[in-house]
Amino acid sequence: MRLAFTVQRYSPESDSAPHDETYRLDVTRGMTVLDALIRIKNEQDGRLTFRYSCRSAICGSCAMTINDAEKLACRTSVRKEWERYGGITIEPLRHLPVLKDLAVDMRSFWGKVRAIEPWIQAAHLPPTGPLSLPAGSAQFHNVDACIMCGACVAACTVHEVDQGFLGPAALAKAYRFVADPREDSAARTARLEVLQGPTGMWDCTRCNFCVEVCPKDVKPMEAIIRLRRAAIQAGMTDTGGARHVVGFRDLIARFGRLNEALMPLKVVGLSLRRLLHVLPLGVRMLLKGKVPNPLHPPIEGVQHVRALLERTRR
Amino acid sequence: MRYALYPGCAAKGATPELYQSTMAIIGRLGIEVAELTASSCCGAGVVTEADPEGALALNARTFAQAERLGLDIMTICGTCQGVMSSANRQLKGDAALLQRVNRLLEPEGLTYHGNVQVKHLLWIVVREVGLAKLKDEVQVTLGDLKIAPFYGCYILRPSWDLGFDDPENPTSLEKVIRAVGAEPVDYGGKIKCCGFPIILEKEDIALAMNGANLKEAKDGGADAMVTPCPLCHMSLDIYQERAAKKVETNLNLPVLHLPQMLGLAMGVPSRELGVERHLVPVDRIVKVVEERKSKVTHSPLSHGPLHLRSNGQPRRGKGEGAS
Repeated sequence: MRLAFTVQRYSPESDSAPHDETYRLDVTRGMTVLDALIRIKNEQDGRLTFRYSCRSAICGSCAMTINDAEKLACRTSVRKEWERYGGITIEPLRHLPVLKDLAVDMRSFWGKVRAIEPWIQAAHLPPTGPLSLPAGSAQFHNVDACIMCGACVAACTVHEVDQGFLGPAALAKAYRFVADPREDSAARTARLEVLQGPTGMWDCTRCNFCVEVCPKDVKPMEAIIRLRRAAIQAGMTDTGGARHVVGFRDLIARFGRLNEALMPLKVVGLSLRRLLHVLPLGVRMLLKGKVPNPLHPPIEGVQHVRALLERTRR
Repeated sequence: MRYALYPGCAAKGATPELYQSTMAIIGRLGIEVAELTASSCCGAGVVTEADPEGALALNARTFAQAERLGLDIMTICGTCQGVMSSANRQLKGDAALLQRVNRLLEPEGLTYHGNVQVKHLLWIVVREVGLAKLKDEVQVTLGDLKIAPFYGCYILRPSWDLGFDDPENPTSLEKVIRAVGAEPVDYGGKIKCCGFPIILEKEDIALAMNGANLKEAKDGGADAMVTPCPLCHMSLDIYQERAAKKVETNLNLPVLHLPQMLGLAMGVPSRELGVERHLVPVDRIVKVVEERKSKVTHSPLSHGPLHLRSNGQPRRGKGEGAS
């Protein structure tokens, strides 16, 4: 079968903007998008640029946008894409600078992984280096399966509007070290202090895009949630994000349901400036009958909800 | 078709119009409900950040309540759907976990056996009511209106928890929009995030996300937007003016809850759908619908309910056989 592949092209030395180019190719059974790109490069257009190495979803080089979603070209079936979309468009990873065609500049990605200091930090390591992990002690929840392909960062909806965000890959990597029992508690605290700051763990909206697109089932968002839990458990509750979580749980324990009249006050905390910022919308909601009664009675059986949350709180 | 209705917090709180419009339409679609009045919050993906087992137990408690009634659960909130789908899958797939969580429910005399399914109203309309039945109930087609679907994250991802739509290329909202005679707007933002979960603490980021999606829909020619998630609705409606400023554009795009859109098309009076509670006025849409409705009522051809299709040709409705 002969299929059309629409590929985004861009050469900084000759193009003012990216443009699409269509290649037609006889496809064979079991062909991947990477196989197709290699054939196009070999047989039709040697200038077509893309990264690849292992061809088996191990090296993480060939992440790109295929039919509008982040995928590894080497494990994306041409036939399945065709059946799903009736066509195949291939573009570089989003929100990263394009170097040429499908190759993007990964420097910001690597910069963020380096920024979280991905090595074990402890004041008293033996001179020979870190000890082996104590048997059965470590729970990294698969975050160390990351192949650094960048798909999660390109798909991240926060990174789309704020490229300063540390992003799912680096935060998941950071969690791996927070969860490592060989780091001492001072180092762990210092790590969490940094990660709870601006552009860190509390910027994630839990949109789940990173979980969905990750080719290695790393579930970066779940690692971010674990980081947040670790911060709260370490008593770092003076951020908007932590106040939101703790306040939310308190309201559920009190009423059984969320009370949206009280939730903003929990997040605002004691800041008059923040209060004055949320107040005008609150007034407009009130006029439209959208502010629930803060004295609304709790749900039936709220005492059971309260008891249950008390028991799981530890 | 009988379900245990799980209203969720928003429909009982800041978006009461969602509850109101749901109750106004489900009877016409043949859906009966028993409301789970003693159900708690699902945790909204927030409680789990402090207390994962507590969040699971809240949901197991709700599932046990529905199981006792012998009913599956209907949700009307995309976020509830996502959180509950995920909790249900974990509980059904791990006997030891289920046992541990059930121990927490013991004092209330509840046990969850893993026999409940959780389905969003959108899914029930598409798969169980069926689009043919929905089309039959349409009194006023919303033809000529372009409506932008906005799914929200939790009803799509992670797709293995939900098991309904294609997470990259979902179609259920589009099908419903077409069934009421309107034209769906296709735009990339329809599967993206509204920013709501961080809007109180990181408003700048949330508004940039929200504004970009609204702007993209508007640029695609949308007259209105429709969403199956009330948390998205709060972001898209309540925060729209601030989002417009953030992305430096004029939006003024009415945002409908899914049952409001269905209700308007089914000829339910707009005041019964609570559209006047929105911060972004829905007047324009209501006016179009009201005008068409009066044409339908006063049509000289009318004996029995008449339906105006999107091509403007009247079609006799269910009353045809009788007359």
